[in-house]
Amino acid sequence: MASIAIENLAHSYIENPVRDADYALKSINYEWTDGGAYALLGPSGCGKTTLLNVISGLLTPSQGTIQFNNRNVTSLPPEERNIAQVFQFPVIYDTMTVAENLAFPLANRGLDKTEITTRVSQMLETLDLSTKAGKRANKLTADEKQKISLGRGLVRHDVNAILFDEPLTVIDPLMKWELRTQLKEIHQQLRHTMIYVTHDQTEALTFAEKVVVMHEGSVVQVGTPEELFNEPEHTFVGYFIGSPGMNILPVTVDGSHATIDGFPVSINGFYTPSKDARTELGIRPEHISIKATNGTRSPDYNELPVRVKRVSDIGRQIVIAVTLGNHTINLIVPEGTSVPEKHAFITFDTERISIFANDRRLSVASSS
Amino acid sequence: MIAKTVNQRAWFLVLPVLLIVAMNAVIPLMTVVNYSVQDTFSPGVFFYEGTKWYKEVLTSPRFHGALGRQLTFTAIILAIEIPLGVMIALAMPRSGPWVSVCLVLMAIPLLIPWNVVGAMWNIFALPDIGLLGFGLNYIGFDYNYTQQPLAAWFTVVLMDVWHWTSLVVLLAYAGLSSIPDAYYQAARIDGANRWAVFRHIQLPKMKHVLIIALLLRFMDSFMIYTEPFVLTGGGPGSTTTFLSIDLVKAAIGEFNLGLAAAMSILYFLMTLLICWVFYTVMMREEET
Repeated sequence: MASIAIENLAHSYIENPVRDADYALKSINYEWTDGGAYALLGPSGCGKTTLLNVISGLLTPSQGTIQFNNRNVTSLPPEERNIAQVFQFPVIYDTMTVAENLAFPLANRGLDKTEITTRVSQMLETLDLSTKAGKRANKLTADEKQKISLGRGLVRHDVNAILFDEPLTVIDPLMKWELRTQLKEIHQQLRHTMIYVTHDQTEALTFAEKVVVMHEGSVVQVGTPEELFNEPEHTFVGYFIGSPGMNILPVTVDGSHATIDGFPVSINGFYTPSKDARTELGIRPEHISIKATNGTRSPDYNELPVRVKRVSDIGRQIVIAVTLGNHTINLIVPEGTSVPEKHAFITFDTERISIFANDRRLSVASSS
Repeated sequence: MIAKTVNQRAWFLVLPVLLIVAMNAVIPLMTVVNYSVQDTFSPGVFFYEGTKWYKEVLTSPRFHGALGRQLTFTAIILAIEIPLGVMIALAMPRSGPWVSVCLVLMAIPLLIPWNVVGAMWNIFALPDIGLLGFGLNYIGFDYNYTQQPLAAWFTVVLMDVWHWTSLVVLLAYAGLSSIPDAYYQAARIDGANRWAVFRHIQLPKMKHVLIIALLLRFMDSFMIYTEPFVLTGGGPGSTTTFLSIDLVKAAIGEFNLGLAAAMSILYFLMTLLICWVFYTVMMREEET
């Protein structure tokens, strides 16, 4: 088990990178503490798998260093870093039994037979695979195969970190939940440092204590699921976390007054963005209320006149898409709320408004 | 309930395929069966002989000799071509510009007409003017494939290895290319050495194509005719007379139609039987 620190790390798949866009990873600094469960979250192509492969040693970064427990491992190959990795598709050794699969990394490291046997049977126990120990591994289901891949890492007690590269991609939805819960239990039991790459926010938020959100090769925010939800540091985080994501609307801000398309919106706090910054207002669909109107009453202060565009029932909640001028705003109301048919007024929860300048969150009474 | 309409016109639809199968398989085969149970001295005059030809073939030292040589040849070339093909495939680059260069180089021997291969090696191995033959003699070997049985075997085997190893290489390479990178990465992380990677990842993933390669090379080598016929003509003596060459000698050289027909049937049944055994054993292995 180890802490992992990366410093000024960047990677490009191109031989002589010049432009910013040539880099798959752009100068990242971060430290993963020992025993934590982290998720690397981001859309496809944001560099999360690249970062994972740099940590595991499958890729050598173009610049920067990576340290395990304050030891520089930047140029070490994966086998010397003592990490485990679970891949998108289950990797199992077809010709071996389940038990042999689990014994393989130990046998390669020259452990003695009795030690291997005890560890393997312990691991079979942990993974709930004891009854299948003697079965050929290729006869198992996808989720059992993924458990074997994980087990081959866990069976090595001294493993520094366990890395997951979208490990639930090929698993049935029902088993996903099951496997994720089991993974969490294993983490609590063994306290290995775990880094979990995914583009699925549900997976990231349920698995991780801390989520690292990546966007176009950079880390845009690191935080607990609550922090990411309530205080996104970047418009991308606001948009990417939550379903539907945060509404981001162009706005002009002056002190504690904001104006969207000429409509005033009161905000909590005092913001002084610089004049030439692109300012935007972020509000979660959960933090907007809606009221029906016949279209004749003029809006009160803080009310925005909108037209209802689309209503979708998603079970216990209703998602309503409304239009304000040419902006679309999503809001979520509990099921049973009466949904206006055409004209409506919406009100933002003042406490929950975020203000962004050039995509970065503005803190109160500061300038960008 | 709707009564099923019986429509005899369906027969017309299967007629073409019946005709094709009849013309290219059933009728020729039955003709051979016909010859194998009869004797003839002049056109149109046949005597029924029962199993006489079969008994004669099965007890003749000539047939035993040809069969023995055939089995030895097949065993030798399989033992060389399969491992060699796998080794070459493993050594070939997995990506980059050299891939196509290697693939083209590998494909060349497969594109040469078989009797051209025989003719090429015939000249190549001639002790007085051929590069190989002259070279071997020059560096001190007494080599003459037209007179020495061992030299003839060496040349025939070398020629077959040169001609057909590429097929194994291409099949094995296709098998290797289908292995996702994650397997190699997982193996590195698990600390597997080169041999373990081969034994537990590459070999199992190549198994299917290697079965095909083994089956194809077995059948082709068991039926080999053209190249040794052009190279050695079955000689010196009958030392490189394999089953096909012997069969042609009996049928066309000696015009012994009954004997040749019985040989053909036995030859066919042997190939069929061995392929069937191969296939069954390998498929059974697949299931466990």
